[in-house]
Amino acid sequence: MTSTTARGFDARKIFSENGALGGLIVLVVALSVLAPSFLSTQNLLNVGVQAAVVAILAFGSTFVIVSGGIDLSVGSVAALSAMVAAWASAEAGMPGPAALVLGLVTGVVAGLVNGALVSYGKLPAFIATLAMLSIARGLTLVVSGGTPLPTPDVVSFLGSNLGRFLPLPLLIMLVFFGVTALVLARTYSGRAMYVIGGNEEAARLSGIDVRKQKLVIYALSGLFAAVAGLLLAGRLSSAGPQAAVGYELDAIAAVVIGGASLSGGVGRASGTLIGALVLAVLRNGLNQLQVTPFWQQVVIGVVIALAVLLDTLRRRSR
Amino acid sequence: MKLTRRVALSALSVTALAVTAACGSGSSASGGGDISIGLAVSTLNNPYFVELKQGAEEAAKELGVKLVVVDAQNDATNQVNQVQTFTTQGVKSIIINPVDSKQAAPAAKAAENASIPLVSVDRSVEGGKVASEVTSNNVQGGSLAAVELGRATSGEVVHLQGIPGASAARDRGQGFEQGLNSGSIKVVASQAADFDRAKGLDVMNNLLQSNPGLKGVFADNDEMALGAIKALGARAGKDVQVVGFDGTPDGLKAIEDGTMAATIAQQPKVLGHKAVEEAVKAAKGEPVQRVIDVEVKVVNKQNLAEFKK
Repeated sequence: MTSTTARGFDARKIFSENGALGGLIVLVVALSVLAPSFLSTQNLLNVGVQAAVVAILAFGSTFVIVSGGIDLSVGSVAALSAMVAAWASAEAGMPGPAALVLGLVTGVVAGLVNGALVSYGKLPAFIATLAMLSIARGLTLVVSGGTPLPTPDVVSFLGSNLGRFLPLPLLIMLVFFGVTALVLARTYSGRAMYVIGGNEEAARLSGIDVRKQKLVIYALSGLFAAVAGLLLAGRLSSAGPQAAVGYELDAIAAVVIGGASLSGGVGRASGTLIGALVLAVLRNGLNQLQVTPFWQQVVIGVVIALAVLLDTLRRRSR
Repeated sequence: MKLTRRVALSALSVTALAVTAACGSGSSASGGGDISIGLAVSTLNNPYFVELKQGAEEAAKELGVKLVVVDAQNDATNQVNQVQTFTTQGVKSIIINPVDSKQAAPAAKAAENASIPLVSVDRSVEGGKVASEVTSNNVQGGSLAAVELGRATSGEVVHLQGIPGASAARDRGQGFEQGLNSGSIKVVASQAADFDRAKGLDVMNNLLQSNPGLKGVFADNDEMALGAIKALGARAGKDVQVVGFDGTPDGLKAIEDGTMAATIAQQPKVLGHKAVEEAVKAAKGEPVQRVIDVEVKVVNKQNLAEFKK
């Protein structure tokens, strides 16, 4: 439990705790040299916006992974939540804010179902959330009838700019970063996540209601997925039935690049943010360098493996 | 021992869940009659193929045949399994909308072994025997898009590509490059955005940083074109012209709004309709037309009214 809190901004501590930060900086420097347009303010804002959806999904996944679980359903739940909100306003005629809330509730309910299957149904998290991945995607198709639906204005607003320049998705990502750090470091549930992830039996014996905490954990993941889905739909002013396919893998990659362990007990909000930024910087840079699409997937895979490898080696050498 | 039982139970319940989900969204039947026809769709995760399915259902209803629809979710192996399953279900003919032209041969083989006539729709089956092929020409469509973009603008353009290696992306890209020499446009970047609207938005934003002076965009489908339009903001339709592909309802609306210059409309409903007509003929042993070319058309502001329903 030594590295769970983020008090103050001690640069050396931040570096030693976040191995991926070094990787991110190397990437940024390399791209600035190779692609002259990379380091413009507008482009860096773009990177932030492009990281936002995956980052928020990944913040939710951080809770789950720290507690030793996994959530494969976040991409589908994001799409379902956005689709429910879009359907409620476009087809059922609900006012925008109510539709937005309904979208968020959808995410929480999906998360609670995951949590109940894991804690009370005793399903492995991998299987329970794999089932939800399929169910939520199917329901998205059912609700939408297979076609994109327009989002209510309030959702579109979430994906727009505040004033002329400041992208709201970036701000929302930073707010959720703060919330995630706060939950992990300062709340009972947050501390319980580390204990459960470290040793579930010990957590139970020390008086933590593991079942209830798991409900909270998966519900949080569902809520974050809903926010990410609404943000994604907001950026396009349209909720798509095929939106966010495969995003769960990006989210997991971001969490792991950020230094979390898939066996639980380790992970930080700042690491996850860096992980999401690494992915976004990479995609942005590869586009600008006009690397052929076939090779891009190879490069992304190599960078993910390198980032985690470097972090593992660094830990081992200490 | 206890653990194994638990794992088995979980596996069972997941299977049950998956089956329930598949039944809810995957298959549908319409009409009656004693002829039943199988339709294996590549994906219903895309409005275009949903329209194709609707056209097929309408035709089945008109002709009084039963239509069984399965969705391969863009997985070519899955699709081969589904066609094999059809051959044991007593369908009289099978319509396949291949996930990938080059990977559909085993499915064609399965139908051939069971002596069930196969009709391919939207994409062809390479290396397999089909009774009839109902397609719209993607290569020709790509060329038309290049000509139309060259007419709408001149200077630097970018090409947003579909899923790398997918047949629609290959064909449209090939056609686009063939059509280029006729215009005054020059491709300065070709990047994949996987037929996805959100990726179209992100990739377009990235390309705008390195190519601020670009004048046009060709996207392999309307979804990516709509993402690009979102990225271009007020520039779309003013100093940057966007040409898409498919003619989806959202795409047609963008043409109406003036943000999209043109799209290449395939007619998915007509494709689905014609495929069922041919499949019914084949099922009854009547002669079928070997190749049916459903026209691809350039849709722009001038002829938009013909396509809006």
